[in-house]
Formats: sequence, structure tokens, C-alpha cells
Amino acid sequence: MAYTEEELKKELETKEYEYGFYTDIESDTFPKGLSEEIVIAISKKKEEPEWMTQWRLESFRYWKEMVEPEWANIKYKKPDFQDISYYSAPNKKPKYNSLDEVDPELLETFKKLGISLDEQKKLAGVAVDIVMDSVSVTTTFKKTLAEKGIIFCSISEAIKEHPELVKKYIGSVVPQKDNFYAALNSAVFSDGSFCYIPKGVRCPMELSTYFRINQAGTGQFERTLVIADKGSYVSYLEGCTAPSRDENQLHAAVVELIALDDAEIKYSTVQNWFPGDKEGKGGVYNFVTKRGICEKNAKISWTQVETGSAITWKYPSCILKGDNSIGEFYSIAVTNNHQQADTGTKMVHLGKNTRSTIISKGISAGKSQNSYRGLVQVNSRAENARNFSQCDSLLMGNECGAHTFPYIEAKNKTAQIEHEATTSKIGEDQIFYCNQRGIDTEKAIALIVNGFSREVLNKLPMEFAVEAQKLLEISLEGSVG
Amino acid sequence: MLKINNLHARVEEKEILKGINLEVNAGEVHAIMGPNGSGKSTLASVIAGKEEFEVTRGKILFEGEDLDDTAPEERAHKGIFLSFQYPVEIPGVSVTNFIKTAINESRKARGMEDMPANQMLKKIREKSEMLDIDRKFLSRSLNEGFSGGEKKRNEIFQLAMLEPKLAILDETDSGLDIDALRIVANGVNKLRNKDNAVVVITHYQRLLEYIVPDFVHVLHDGKIVKSGGKELALELEEKGYDWVKQETVA
Repeated sequence: MAYTEEELKKELETKEYEYGFYTDIESDTFPKGLSEEIVIAISKKKEEPEWMTQWRLESFRYWKEMVEPEWANIKYKKPDFQDISYYSAPNKKPKYNSLDEVDPELLETFKKLGISLDEQKKLAGVAVDIVMDSVSVTTTFKKTLAEKGIIFCSISEAIKEHPELVKKYIGSVVPQKDNFYAALNSAVFSDGSFCYIPKGVRCPMELSTYFRINQAGTGQFERTLVIADKGSYVSYLEGCTAPSRDENQLHAAVVELIALDDAEIKYSTVQNWFPGDKEGKGGVYNFVTKRGICEKNAKISWTQVETGSAITWKYPSCILKGDNSIGEFYSIAVTNNHQQADTGTKMVHLGKNTRSTIISKGISAGKSQNSYRGLVQVNSRAENARNFSQCDSLLMGNECGAHTFPYIEAKNKTAQIEHEATTSKIGEDQIFYCNQRGIDTEKAIALIVNGFSREVLNKLPMEFAVEAQKLLEISLEGSVG
Repeated sequence: MLKINNLHARVEEKEILKGINLEVNAGEVHAIMGPNGSGKSTLASVIAGKEEFEVTRGKILFEGEDLDDTAPEERAHKGIFLSFQYPVEIPGVSVTNFIKTAINESRKARGMEDMPANQMLKKIREKSEMLDIDRKFLSRSLNEGFSGGEKKRNEIFQLAMLEPKLAILDETDSGLDIDALRIVANGVNKLRNKDNAVVVITHYQRLLEYIVPDFVHVLHDGKIVKSGGKELALELEEKGYDWVKQETVA
């Protein structure tokens, strides 16, 4: 059968979310709603010290005074924050020493996701700290890391075991009242990952965390804190999938990166949360605040592949505080059906000779809207700051949209800022050309999209790049116009 | 190998092919000549299965099988290759990556495993040398920023790699200087054998000096109005297409 545009559209519409399954595990879930009592209860549940409880309460009070931001190029029904349960943990509580102790059903879920821990353990150099709903279930490779003095654990554990580090850095890059969602997260964050690389240590493996939303109606509020001490290096991978659901699921994470003098952090994300069905029903609302700070000669590199979520509101940013520091942002954002993405970055140049690079690739199909929003800000004291931005959009069909909102504020005349943007469309001629060489339409789209995204895919660690390519194929199967 | 019976095809409401009959056997080279707008490229596209053309009457048989309802990629898997007049650009996809994908997709369709990497590399080296293609060229994005000559040479490189049963060369000579023309033609000639066939579509006689046809057909207004041996091409060159047009009217 030969393809026509209509048939392609139909096929695309019937394409169901590949990882839309749901694991039935007994959960310990809080009643819906948010109040000071709930915040305190969360903190208690997690056996947190008093300072943490107070920090949460303070955040909650800020949040109560704030309103949801409306400037993004997205349309959605605002979540009812009193209709969400703010804590859910897999029930069987104890920490596991080996996989044999883990609930077999949970293991089955991981298997479906293709991240069997058995395999992961054997896979060279990948330690996995899996977040199933809110509580860390198991952590591998901890010993190897401990030998180098690297701390890689859940944030709850870090609050208990390493309070001095958490206390010093939490909220130092994303303050509690930074924005509506960051304040909410600060009040109710359930769990997340914590990572500390000591001075001069090069983390010998890629650190990965898999997030997964699993409890109906449970908002997920992850908190991640990565600290790279002077002269250290770490590559951190974050990947996510979630089961399909009718109600909208709110996700408001906060990620803070601290790169001290001469340190380097590479943070890579593959995000594949449920995008909603073809009518735009369901799907995850993803409102994330990600920001890193670079001290002298430090470097932070954000790489993201965003294929999921009904709504994505996300701007991984770099504050280039130290002289000669470097910020990078490489992004691929795919939207299909009714998905909406408003994503980009902020590069704030404060130090001298700071440099930043932004490469953004937006791919829109179906009836989706894909926006790049970026800010390049050069402070008056940032002598010789340099920025290069490139924003490319690829459109499929006639009903989707691609938008670019680049903001530039330069307060120092030695700044050099470049911005390039292109928009292109996958053509029937390109598809036919591939078809004629024996490549079917789905594969052709994957090939064209991979080509378009190559500059960013190349920035991902090897094992992630393969997964990312697969995701791009899944997300866009059959979509062309 | 290829048998076309009374083929009519249109694009939107416009009828372009008005009853084509053509038979191409293994081991043969056919040239299809004709003035602009006579339907040459349409014929090539219809054989390859391009969607925008609708076959309203007649049949295309390939090795005895009716191609109606056969998707373009399936036609490719069966061994039909079209060298495009205007090859498209695919940014970010290298020449090597593209041909690798094409070969492995065809193998997959035939129930074969991917071609082993060393075999693939050897083949790429062999064929690129044959066509005087530079190593660096292979890592460039497909057709992006290629000169006219490079594009055509790349088409023939793909032909050499895929080794189809039937190769249709649509205006492969356009945009080629004489040296490139010779290289391309030599490449095609080396690939010829008793089991495959070539259909050369061209406006000018020039290419036919290098790829010598067994049969020449003249297309005019959607029909083959004259067929003959290779000397017909010379006669056509000498007398011009008006000669055929007049003869048709007469």
C-alpha cells in the first residue's frame, strides 16, 4: 500500500503511547489537597529534620501568595491544586540490598520499560537510582562510587545523611520563591536525586536516574541537586516514561546544578511522558525549573530530548557567574497531536569571558505547537561575553506550529551575540526519494528527523543517544504532510 | 522484465500519459527521447510509483507482476531504481548513512540480515572508486550543497550500491560536464549485464554516445510515436523534434 497524506495522518492518530501500561502496586497515598498540615505530614513521613520542615513551610507560604504564570505560549486547563495528592510511595517500605528483595511486579514494570536492573548492573559504567513514584527503590554501584567519595543517593537520604551539603546548596540556584512551580516543589517535593562529586574527582561512570509517574492523580515533585566540587566532572542522565492516564498529571520538578571552580557538569535528559491521546486528552503537565550555576572556569552543559508530555514548560538555564565559565544548551523538542511545548534556555552572563552556546531543534507534527523561548543576558561587568544561538524548526503537515521567541539583553558593548534560525518542512519529495530507495515512510521520517537533530544527538552519551533515536522514531511514526 | 500496456496517467485533472506501450527485456538498454513536456519524467515517476500520478488505464507489469497497488518502496525492493532528475537534499544524513539504510531496508524486505559492516565498507570503497568519488564526499549530507554533477554522480553511486534489475535514468546527463558524463556513463556500462536492464531518459543524443541503446523510443504528447535502433537518436538530433511532431500529424 502506498501512503497518502490522509492515510499517514490516520495512522499517526491511531498510534498509541508505547509505554502506556500501569502497574498495580499497593500505595501509601495521602488524601488530596494542600495545606500546612499536609506539608508537615510529608516532612514527617520522610523523617526529615526540623530545618527541612521549616524550609518547606516557608516555601508553602510563598507559594500561597503566588499565581500561575501565563506568559508561555501554551493553552491548558489550570490544575486544581486542591485535587491532587501530594505524597505517594510504593508500599513495601524497606530498602533493598539486592534485586531479589524487590517487588516482582515492580521489576516487571522496569522490564517493560527495557531497563531491567539486571541488565543495567551489567551494563558498563551505569549506576541507576530508580525513582518509582516518589521513593527511591534501589541504588546500584553505590560502593564503587563511595570509594571515590562520590555521594549518589536519594535527596531524602541526603537530607538525613549529608544535611550540611543539602542545607548549603538547596535553593541556592533556584530560590524557593523563584516561580510558582518552584515554590510548590520546594514545599512538597517527594523525592529525587542527590549527587556530590568531591574536589578533583572525575566520576568514572554516567549517573542515571529513571523517573516514572505511576500513581493515578498523584502529582510528582522531584527535587534534584547535583554538586560538582572544584575541578571535578560528572555526566548525569535523566530519563523518563510514564503510563497513560485519563486525568492530567502534574509534574513540577526542580533541578539545581552547582559547578564550582573548574568543574564540569553534563546533564542529559530524555523525557517521554505520556503526551495525551490523539484528542489531546490526558497527558502529563510538565512544569520544570532547571538551572545551574557556574563558578570560575566551570562548565555546564544541558542536553535534552523532549518527546513526551501534553504540556512542556521548561528552560534549563545557566548562570555564568565565574570568569571564563561556559554554558551550553542542546535541545530536541518533538510535539505531535495536541502536544504543546514552550521550552528553551536562559544564559545569564555575569563573569568576564563567559561563553554560551544554544542549539535548539524543534519538530512539530499533528496539531501541536512548539515554541522556543530563550534569553541571552549579558551583564554590564561581563566583558567579552560571547553567545551563539541556533534555532531550527521542522514542520510536518499543515496544522502544527513552530514559534521562536529569542530575547537578547546586552548591557556590555564588548558582547558578541549571534542568533540563527531556520524553518523547514518534511516534503513529500523527500519521502518519495527515500521510498524509491526502498526505505518505507516511517523509516524515512526517522532518517530525516535524525538528520535534522544530529547536532544535538551527537551531544548525548552513547547509550542515551540510541534510546533517544528510538524515541524520536516512536514519537513521529507515520507523521508527514 | 518490464511490460507496459496502454498506460494512461494523469496528475490532478491533466492527462499526461496517453497510452504508452513498452517492453524492456533483461540485458537491454532502451532510450526514451522526446521534447520537453512530452511525458518522459512522468513515465519514470509512474513506473517508480509516485503518488501524485494517477494511473487511469493500462498496466505496468514487472517480471510478470502487476505493479498497481505496489508501494514505491516495494517496487524498489523488487529491483526498480530511479535516478532522479532533481535529487532532494536530506540535511544531516550522510551519503554513507543513507545508502546503508537503503541497502539494509531492501535486505530486510527480502528477509535478510543487515549487511555486515566490513562488507558494506568494502562495497562502498569499491563503488566510490569506480565512480571517482572522493572519501570526504561520502560523509557529506545527502545532496546538500552538491553541484549538479555531484548530485548525478551520487545517484549513480546509489545505483551501483543497490544493483537493481531495472535502472531508469531520468535526465542523468543534465548538469554534467563532459568528464563527469563519461565517468557516469562508464559506471552505468560497468554495471550492465545480461540480467539487468537500463532505461535512459534524455532530451539529447549526447549521453547515448556513451551508453549505447539497443532501442530508441520517441515520446510525444504522452505517446510513443516512433521506435527504432540507436540510429534513430542520431536522426532525431539532426532533424529535431519537429520532424517527429510533423510525422505524427501526417
